[in-house]
Amino acid sequence: MTITEGPALEVGSARLRKEDARLITGRTTWTENVTLPGMLHLAILRSPMAHARITGIDVAPARAVKGVVDVFSGRDVADVQGSLPCAWPVTEDMVHPDRPPIAVDEVCFMGEAVAVVVARSRAAALDAIATIEVDYESLPTVLDMEQAIADGADLVHADKGTNKGYTWVFDSAEAGTGGDAGAAIDGAEVVIRRRYVQQRLIPAFMEPRSVVVDPTSDVYTIWSATQIPHILRFLISVVTGTPEHKVRVIAPDVGGGFGGKLQVTPEELITFIAARRLGKPVKFTESRSESLVSAHHGRDMIQDLELAARRDGTVVGLRVKLLANMGAYMGLVGPGVPILGAFMYNAIYKFPAYRFECIGVFTNTVITDAYRGAGRPEATFAIERLMDELADELGLDPLEVRRRNWINADEFPFTTVCGLQYDSGDYAKATDRAMELFGYEELRQEQQARRDTGDSVQLGIGVSTYTEMCGLAPSRVLGSLRYGAGGWESASIRVLPTGRVEVVTGTSPHGQGHETAWSQIVADQLGVGFDDVEVLHGDTRTSYKGLDTYGSRSLAVGGVALYNACQKVIEKAKPVAAHMLECDPADLEFTGGQFRVRGNPDGGKTLADCSLAVFAAHDLPDGIEPTLDADAVYDPVNFSFPHGTHLCATEVDTETGRVTIRKYVAVDDIGRVINPMIVEGQVHGGVAQGIAQALFEEAVYDSDGNLLTGTFVDYTLPTAADLPSIITDRTESPAPGHPLGTKGVGEAGTIASTPAVVNAIVDALRPMGVHDIAMPCTPERVWRAVQGGAA
Amino acid sequence: MTRVSIKVDGVEYEDDVEPRTLLVHHLRERLGKVGTVVGCDTSNCGACTVLMSDADGRQRSVKSCAVLAVQANDREIITIEGLSGPDRTLHPVQRAFHQAHALQCGFCTPGMIMAAVDLLEENADPTEEEIREGLEGNLCRCTGYQNIVRAVREASAEIREIHGTAEPAPPSPLAGEDETPDSGLKRDNVPDETIPQPVP
Repeated sequence: MTITEGPALEVGSARLRKEDARLITGRTTWTENVTLPGMLHLAILRSPMAHARITGIDVAPARAVKGVVDVFSGRDVADVQGSLPCAWPVTEDMVHPDRPPIAVDEVCFMGEAVAVVVARSRAAALDAIATIEVDYESLPTVLDMEQAIADGADLVHADKGTNKGYTWVFDSAEAGTGGDAGAAIDGAEVVIRRRYVQQRLIPAFMEPRSVVVDPTSDVYTIWSATQIPHILRFLISVVTGTPEHKVRVIAPDVGGGFGGKLQVTPEELITFIAARRLGKPVKFTESRSESLVSAHHGRDMIQDLELAARRDGTVVGLRVKLLANMGAYMGLVGPGVPILGAFMYNAIYKFPAYRFECIGVFTNTVITDAYRGAGRPEATFAIERLMDELADELGLDPLEVRRRNWINADEFPFTTVCGLQYDSGDYAKATDRAMELFGYEELRQEQQARRDTGDSVQLGIGVSTYTEMCGLAPSRVLGSLRYGAGGWESASIRVLPTGRVEVVTGTSPHGQGHETAWSQIVADQLGVGFDDVEVLHGDTRTSYKGLDTYGSRSLAVGGVALYNACQKVIEKAKPVAAHMLECDPADLEFTGGQFRVRGNPDGGKTLADCSLAVFAAHDLPDGIEPTLDADAVYDPVNFSFPHGTHLCATEVDTETGRVTIRKYVAVDDIGRVINPMIVEGQVHGGVAQGIAQALFEEAVYDSDGNLLTGTFVDYTLPTAADLPSIITDRTESPAPGHPLGTKGVGEAGTIASTPAVVNAIVDALRPMGVHDIAMPCTPERVWRAVQGGAA
Repeated sequence: MTRVSIKVDGVEYEDDVEPRTLLVHHLRERLGKVGTVVGCDTSNCGACTVLMSDADGRQRSVKSCAVLAVQANDREIITIEGLSGPDRTLHPVQRAFHQAHALQCGFCTPGMIMAAVDLLEENADPTEEEIREGLEGNLCRCTGYQNIVRAVREASAEIREIHGTAEPAPPSPLAGEDETPDSGLKRDNVPDETIPQPVP
């Protein structure tokens, strides 16, 4: 029996992905592919009104449709359906309205579930839905955040008496982490005041949400297209009163998430309720229109900003007032999204004073919640736009203003004005490399030449020097922020008799390639072949412990748990090997997959030798447990802080408003890298989503609260023809707090790219008096800005 | 109900279908061809793309959510599940998607691969711009398309070589292929990389 020989070092190599084989041949298990004997299909009638009282509902016609098995409204299940959970009540007095999965008396956004049909086929269920009559009595619609918090405003939830969900404040003077921002602004030589609007976006994962619930055994088995099988299991249990050990959640292959599947959804609970009522397996798969109208949205904030500086460009204070649109209810972690951003407005800079105030506002729209970056893209956009505005005000190069304020490489670890301790980094190095790849000076010269000749196509250069906090998260910190769960992650290693290895991880990948990267880590640590490792995830029966995948946490936290589990396996195997080699365990070293007596290169024992020995267990030292399996749970002591410099050159046609990205360079420092190919892919995709916010995407409600962008015809994801090829490179400042040195990359591209693109467009048009353009920077908006000198 | 006769991935099927049944639902729900997926309801995303023979017997890509099952009567369909060769070797486009890391979550991948196969039938040696425009009907949310473009270029070179029409590769216009560590992805420290094969 031979074990595949592994290469000397897996970590750092661009291993092709294990996941691909099933995905490129159509042999994948998506939730929608799950079909069970006797399975029924569920369809949901959704509110066409943004805000209305339900005065009557007649489901009788639906019952008469051939093939229909069950029909129910919110009223019919009012006493058993519970309320959707919010895991992040950011303040003690946060307003948290009940959120039944199916509306009972009142609908608060267009798309809210009103009634449900279960039928033999999807077609019959959809036919029956169309026959249900609902009487609505229209209520005033609340959409504008500023109007919503004004005195005498119409209310989303009349019984709450306010549309303010919470007010959350951080002040560096009060916290003792810095000075008084108000005083700094009042006495400043220069103050830049701006309002930026983070338009509402839709995560728009490619796989629509889908859920199958099978109640036909002692345990409820739930397949769901979710990022969070473990959190879902816990909360389904809490909300429905089903004992936790009687709930099994399986997230099979999941087709993208980007935060959009970091949610416990009405649809999951409704399908659970239906399956429990009927004792039969039930499937629900949303249409794309349903997804756009009812799955949570992201961003949607108004930022009022004041940046105070000296005339030499040194920033002396920053004040942020934020309105964050929560939608009609509080999502799973939605209230916390702006709070994740709160710690990032000071970005890579040594600001001495900072104040942040955020009001979470209810409106008659679908909830907002995590979307790639979750609070940090908004913060990074604000500060990186402001630094460009400051540079313009002072007549300095945007990079020079940043240099005068950023934390230098020799100042790490650095405690920021928010009290966070940045772990490591070298902003100058990343910036220098980006400038070199970009050809910064040449492009500046070309820009000047085009300005001089009055070219109708102007060139703009946009800078974004970002950092982010990821590796969510130290559990104590989450507790202090009133988050409902911890931030640890778990890993288990099972060593099979032949020396092959099964890894059970608590992370839940949906495109990130954990099966590949985790195999690389294990191959190096245990000296087994890459192909001899199987990574198991996403099924709470095999992986019962975990906190899932979001916030660029999987490798930075789950990877370390895995590394630690490997060390435990080695420690357990060592006495077994020593016994076989007839030596003292203290004399052994484990290198290159072999236990050898120190100084003797011959006659080692591999992990497979040890695993076979414990399998037989015929001749083990006394007191040795016959297994090499090991578990580890890792709770990080700090966040990790990747950073980087992105440079974007745009050509802006001043006659048509058309923006073309001419060159885009991304230099990211994400600590040590396990698989550079996967990292590059994450950066490509992240940058694409950030460009999409800058140029293309916006979820739009009309004045009655109807979502106008309810299909992919109207919500315009960029196509291949809309996006450029970008140039990527990395610098490397390992995370000092743990042995892998990794920091996380999932959100970096999205956080960095939006301000880079908008800065480039504004830079192109500055000679025409343009200082801002609202996102997305469509040709019309750009053209109007050129015409009016202001957006 | 209407009787339809459709050859799918080399097998003849005869079924009674409701006239309103979409081809993609017929493939998935009746024939079990769940490798082809549905991503939208407006024919924007292309996740459901398959090849269907036209009146002249030529295989062309269609969005199977925009075709009724009855319209496929007497036609031949190839899905992602039938794309690999009779000896179970991967199609060059499948192989290139793997090698160029042109997929992440993989949900758009079946449709993207089928659209790319058709694109290369039409144009054996497309430029980056032609690839981007040729795949405009297929949405991907994960990759930013850069590695998809790279994969299609690599597949086109391989297909031309197979067909004996290989010419010296033109200089690549891909920005990502500048001399930077991440572009072109040096992979020399991973010997004997296995190419995944369909399960027998």
